[in-house]
Amino acid sequence: MSVTQILFWFLSILALFGAIMVVVSRNPVHSVLWLIMTFFAISGHYIVLNAQFLAVVNIIVYAGAIMVLFLFVIMLMNLNKTAAPKRNRWLKLAGGIAGGCLMLVLVAALRDSELKGQFAQVNTGDIGLIKSLGKELFTTYVIPFELSSILFLSAMVGAVVLGKKD
Amino acid sequence: MPINYYIFLSLALFAIGMIGVLTRRNAIIIFMCVELMLNAVNLLLVAFSKMHYLSAGSPFSTAGTDGQLFVFFIMVVAAAEVSVGLAIIVMMYRNIHSVDVNFLNRLKH
Repeated sequence: MSVTQILFWFLSILALFGAIMVVVSRNPVHSVLWLIMTFFAISGHYIVLNAQFLAVVNIIVYAGAIMVLFLFVIMLMNLNKTAAPKRNRWLKLAGGIAGGCLMLVLVAALRDSELKGQFAQVNTGDIGLIKSLGKELFTTYVIPFELSSILFLSAMVGAVVLGKKD
Repeated sequence: MPINYYIFLSLALFAIGMIGVLTRRNAIIIFMCVELMLNAVNLLLVAFSKMHYLSAGSPFSTAGTDGQLFVFFIMVVAAAEVSVGLAIIVMMYRNIHSVDVNFLNRLKH
């Protein structure tokens, strides 16, 4: 078992454990912290796949910006006072069964697909580096890139308008 | 690594996010589970891009760059979505003093 495989299994277990803890933990702040751990594990997967630009962007954008925003909102709300009114156990059971059925169907559909003998290249390959991605981003995809700035501007205006105290 | 492992890992993460959306009632945790599902798809896109690059053969080909740029754009859109969504949740907390989605089933008052 090579180092890459050990890293793959370690990061996979870390990501799955963090994801499960996000769903089952009672305190929302703990959920946020587990989700940050999951994002770090996914960034580790990107590094194993040699997609270094996306690994850094994932850490900066998700773990850095988005989760800090979540944490601020949770801490501003002071959710600890609001006790859970009533918990419907059957609804949770139905949700779990539905999600499990979704996973079962997708696994059964993709188990014998024609992708079976294919391999994802790890450790090597230049397409994940910032040189090739930047060249492609500013030539072929320059219009979507500029459009995303308009999207950000409208999102900013929307957030300010919604959050304004009236 | 075989591409099957990445497919099943992403499926598991997606299914966990789906279960979270279906079972939890806190709006913020539902939102976080949606982010988890987005990240599962991102991981699968990166794995497929590396698979495409490997099957292209030549080390100088740019096959698979598109997939990684899609991941970049998904992250951009997710950041915009989170800012607006959290503003809506704060608004909802200000109006009904709770983030429980069960209290939102009427769409009035």
